[in-house]
Amino acid sequence: MQRRDFLMGLATLLALLPMKAIAALWNKAAFESVQLKDATSHLNIADELASEAIEIIAPDRAENGAIVQVEVKSNIPNTEAIAIFVEKNPTPLIANFMFSNGAEPFVVTRIKMAETSDIKIVVKSGVQYFTNRKNVVVLENGCD
Amino acid sequence: MADNMKMRAQLKGDYVEVKVLMSHPMETGRRKDDFNNVLPAHFVQLLTASLNGKQVLESQWGTGISKNPYLTFRLKGAKVGDIVSVTWYDNLGATATQEIAVTLA
Repeated sequence: MQRRDFLMGLATLLALLPMKAIAALWNKAAFESVQLKDATSHLNIADELASEAIEIIAPDRAENGAIVQVEVKSNIPNTEAIAIFVEKNPTPLIANFMFSNGAEPFVVTRIKMAETSDIKIVVKSGVQYFTNRKNVVVLENGCD
Repeated sequence: MADNMKMRAQLKGDYVEVKVLMSHPMETGRRKDDFNNVLPAHFVQLLTASLNGKQVLESQWGTGISKNPYLTFRLKGAKVGDIVSVTWYDNLGATATQEIAVTLA
């Protein structure tokens, strides 16, 4: 192999590395699931307990499903992760937030909703999972 | 891509509140243009945040996050002058990073 070819090959490999690393991190199976139960099982969520210690602030009615602001706060000790699902979206898993080193189990973000649906939150604490939900009436599809 | 993200990190009592507004199309891959061509999926998949270089948040996103994503998170134990850094990576290999120092609210 020529030295130049080798260097070119090396450069290509290095350029591809970050994408490979991200592809490995991103839970493709969970995010591409079209059924809520498949999305949760790909995140290894099992035996969820309903919990009012998960606070969800979202509008009761959303005029436009393209932007629905959701605030989630977990009062469950040792919350490691908060996952947001919209049951009736084409792909229900919206996001999974993992907290460490002093980040509070709290997040505000804006999501898309295709139709009237429950927003389902799942909190991970050690080997346990907790869940709560909030219904949002959607007047205009925000998932096109 | 310094213009890509607007960030603010403010000390509010015993925590620092970080607000981030990103500029990104967040295409689902299901939308069509005026000529009935499907617009390819283009969305942020991963967002990480660190405080003084130490990771505090890792989030994975699907196409259900709204266009021009907005995020608020809170950090315990951070003080004025500490550096908060946020980086996102999208499905087409683009990435952007922004850093900001914590200020008083």
